[in-house]
Amino acid sequence: MSTLVTIIIAAVLTNNFVLSKFYGCCPFLGVSKKFDSSLGMGAAVIFVMLCASLVTYPIYYFLLLPNDLTYLRTVAFILVIAVFVQLLEMIIKKIMPPLYKTLGVYLPLITTNCAVLGVTIMNIDENYTFWESMVNAFFSGFGFALAMVLFSGVRSRVDDAESESPAMFRGVPATLVAAAIVSMSFLGFGGLGQ
Amino acid sequence: MNYGKEFTKGLIRENPVLVSLLGMCPTLAVTTGAFNGIGMGLSTTFVLIFSNLVISLLRKIIPEQVKLPCYIVIIATFVTLIQFLLHGFVPSLYTSLGAFLELITVNCIILGRAEMFASKNSLLPSLLDGAGMGLGFTLALFLMGSIREIFGSGSWFGLMIPFMQGHTMSLFVMPAGGFFVLGIIIAVVCRLAKKKPPKKLGCSACPNAAVCRANCEEVEA
Repeated sequence: MSTLVTIIIAAVLTNNFVLSKFYGCCPFLGVSKKFDSSLGMGAAVIFVMLCASLVTYPIYYFLLLPNDLTYLRTVAFILVIAVFVQLLEMIIKKIMPPLYKTLGVYLPLITTNCAVLGVTIMNIDENYTFWESMVNAFFSGFGFALAMVLFSGVRSRVDDAESESPAMFRGVPATLVAAAIVSMSFLGFGGLGQ
Repeated sequence: MNYGKEFTKGLIRENPVLVSLLGMCPTLAVTTGAFNGIGMGLSTTFVLIFSNLVISLLRKIIPEQVKLPCYIVIIATFVTLIQFLLHGFVPSLYTSLGAFLELITVNCIILGRAEMFASKNSLLPSLLDGAGMGLGFTLALFLMGSIREIFGSGSWFGLMIPFMQGHTMSLFVMPAGGFFVLGIIIAVVCRLAKKKPPKKLGCSACPNAAVCRANCEEVEA
């Protein structure tokens, strides 16, 4: 139980997926402009991370490890994730159109995103059990969503005040500096959960 | 075709990190020191050159519908190779790059060059393009790593800088420093190039648009 709590605190606060591990920076900086879209993207990331961990765990422990093929991990994982996400997209589109409307647009974006491959690799590298992997996947995604939602608020303020910033900082540089300040605020959680 | 131009465009004018804003994750994550930056840059260059080579040779064989999985498998194969090489010959670098070595697979620079260049051009230009883009990436990572190491740890390539001792700001080697230094570097580069910084880092500016099936207008709305 205590390991689960440690995993949760680390995944959401102390080692936040985006703000301190830098997994998935592109969607974080690219999509997080509006509250709604960052919420949708965050939910899609949680969903895909859970599913990816669910499929890659048995593949590693029942297929790659017994046959001494662990070096094929990268190839196997990325292929399985790519195929699985596409399959999932088709299924959701067919049976749950309203869900597809909210999450569907983000799914292809996530396939080749380092956050998803990152979480599956982390589950293996940290020797998590199956349930620990699932908890880690869910809360890593939750940390990602939290960072995106928080940052979308900061970002709309930064965009509103754009005319006041020096010309060379307008646009992406200002966004990055704002992200630095948000990341700094998460430093305050350091030491928690140890 | 001007071969020299294919090589040099990636270094500065179309620098993948500082101008095209690609591959942000490794750029921010591994550049706590100049050596790590160069190591990551050269590993990516290796993968980029060989994936461009193979994809360029197979460009008439890979079917259009399944090109994304094909590219990913080719790229992942070379990532596995570089993992073995680093593990065997430079174990310290292998440890400090950690998971980001494996994550070269999903670095959008590589997939972007495969789609935009190697799948449309013959062998030699693809090789030069890969080498140029890779070295441009290395250059940017080296710059980031040097700035963060000098101000954050008071050293360069692990060598102590005497007058920096006692004046270091550890924030520079922390995650927040990564975002901050990259923001400043992009601003300075835009200033030197006398052009406006890119408005946003969005889906529509992404070179992977052709292989990715996301609808950018919906995503950014």
